[in-house]
Amino acid sequence: MGKLYKFLKYFFITFWAVFVVAPFLWAISTSFKDFNSVNGGATYIPWVDFEPKLEGWKVLIKSPANGGVDIVEPYFNSLFVTCTASLISIVLGTLSAYALSRFTFKAGFVKNNDITFFFISQRIMPPIVLSIPFFLFLGAINLLDSLIGLIVVYIVLLMPIAVWIMVDFFNKVPREIDETALIDGCNPYQAFFKVVLPNSIPGLIVAGMFCIIFGWIDFFFAFILTFTEVQLLPVKIVALNSSITPWWSLSASALVSVAPLIIVAFIVERYLSKGNLSGAIK
Amino acid sequence: MNFKHKYVFLFPGLFVLIGILIFPIIFVVRLSLSGWNSYNGLNFIGLENYVRLFTDDPRFWQSFLRLSFLSVTTVILQYVIGFALAHMVWKDIKFQRFFRVLFLIPMMTTPVIMTVIWRTFFHESLGPVNDILSNFGMSPKWLTDPVLAKFTVIIVEVWQWTPFMFLLLLAGLLSLPKEPFLAAAIDGASPVRKFLYVTFPLMAPISIGAIIIRLIEASKIMDTVYVLTSGGPGTATETSSFYIFIKGLREFQMGYAASMSFTYLIIMIISLTVIAKVLTKVLLKD
Repeated sequence: MGKLYKFLKYFFITFWAVFVVAPFLWAISTSFKDFNSVNGGATYIPWVDFEPKLEGWKVLIKSPANGGVDIVEPYFNSLFVTCTASLISIVLGTLSAYALSRFTFKAGFVKNNDITFFFISQRIMPPIVLSIPFFLFLGAINLLDSLIGLIVVYIVLLMPIAVWIMVDFFNKVPREIDETALIDGCNPYQAFFKVVLPNSIPGLIVAGMFCIIFGWIDFFFAFILTFTEVQLLPVKIVALNSSITPWWSLSASALVSVAPLIIVAFIVERYLSKGNLSGAIK
Repeated sequence: MNFKHKYVFLFPGLFVLIGILIFPIIFVVRLSLSGWNSYNGLNFIGLENYVRLFTDDPRFWQSFLRLSFLSVTTVILQYVIGFALAHMVWKDIKFQRFFRVLFLIPMMTTPVIMTVIWRTFFHESLGPVNDILSNFGMSPKWLTDPVLAKFTVIIVEVWQWTPFMFLLLLAGLLSLPKEPFLAAAIDGASPVRKFLYVTFPLMAPISIGAIIIRLIEASKIMDTVYVLTSGGPGTATETSSFYIFIKGLREFQMGYAASMSFTYLIIMIISLTVIAKVLTKVLLKD
């Protein structure tokens, strides 16, 4: 029993690990191919199955005029939109979450939990429902196809996540901390910024990671609300796919664009092991 | 504490969110009662769009059934696999941190970009999957067969989002109290019984939360489908979002698309509430 279980366990884990890395390995291998090694049927190992070429990687740094794919600008656009929207969401979300965790609100039948639910429930909204009015509205105020327009939309996507994680986090920070600070003569803002916030850094990091993940991986709004002036990375790469697909440069640019967030996996794992994520999901 | 400070903390976030959302939502309702074209703008036509939707558009309801099938299937698979993986790397295992990080990675990658890779992966004549299967004399049409295309979408979705389930469930497992497990060990419970009578019941509230979160996200599935199959072959993988997208932003029947969006949103809210209630009843029966 024990041995069989152990065997099955390692078998399953290995199987899943192979499944997880398979598309990455395929993409890495493909990124070093050229026309012949792609179109002659599937090939895998460089030097054995095919002669590796750097063509796929070279086009990433070439200018579009020379046949490059020009992902540098979309890369920075994506980075800028994601970071700005995450930052605004975290700041506003953290303040709101602190209020919802520490004070009681009552307006008719609306109580704290209902307000918290209102924030979080924005995730239920299917993007398509918002996309049509956003499309017309941003068009009306001339923010269609602009970075600011996208940031506004992304705040709606990300603030619920920030509030969700931070409310639970603040609930775990003992109230005595703020009370002591208040007795010591701080006003509520000093108590928050000087005492509560420094004790909430793990929560802020986790919330920040999640905002960055969900901002960086969004495709839908960028796809619908931008055209030519501003392009975000996912849209650019999907556009590569629809033209005559050179698999090598496609794979290389795909790898470059998923790479930065893999670091996030390490950070999330660290906080997971320390137990800082557990409160966030109940 | 002083009365007014609490509003200073709450209101910036709340009002920014309401401010961004309120006009779009009112506008969807208004638009859904209208015909829309670029010459006349809005013209009020009452419930005509809704009548059309409920009496004369089987394609919408088929796309909704398909969406339900795809999201329920993928979430069940993600839950089972995610729980199994989380349980396996929870306790002592070799290379624990390596596996934990590895199993998290897919959710950090952009779904559409990975889908582009998956498209080449499942390519019928040049992809590695069919290259291997051809040794056994098989060459399935992963993307162009109506049944298999659904299956391919499920594989890609499971690959992408099992890590999220894994993350939530592992965080849950790591936060469980130790005492029940000590008691079970003292009673000499077998691993299977320990899982059925201790771990699983303790994990029930977290499981419900994780399943609901994933169902919410899975019901939005659209970009994977757009890139992988474009809803095809025919309409075999077309989901509600994708159909609304085609009607609204491809054919520019904005009014009709808005009425579909609104109906879709209401159905989502009702069905997710019902599912949450049923799950709570089934899993938390004691």
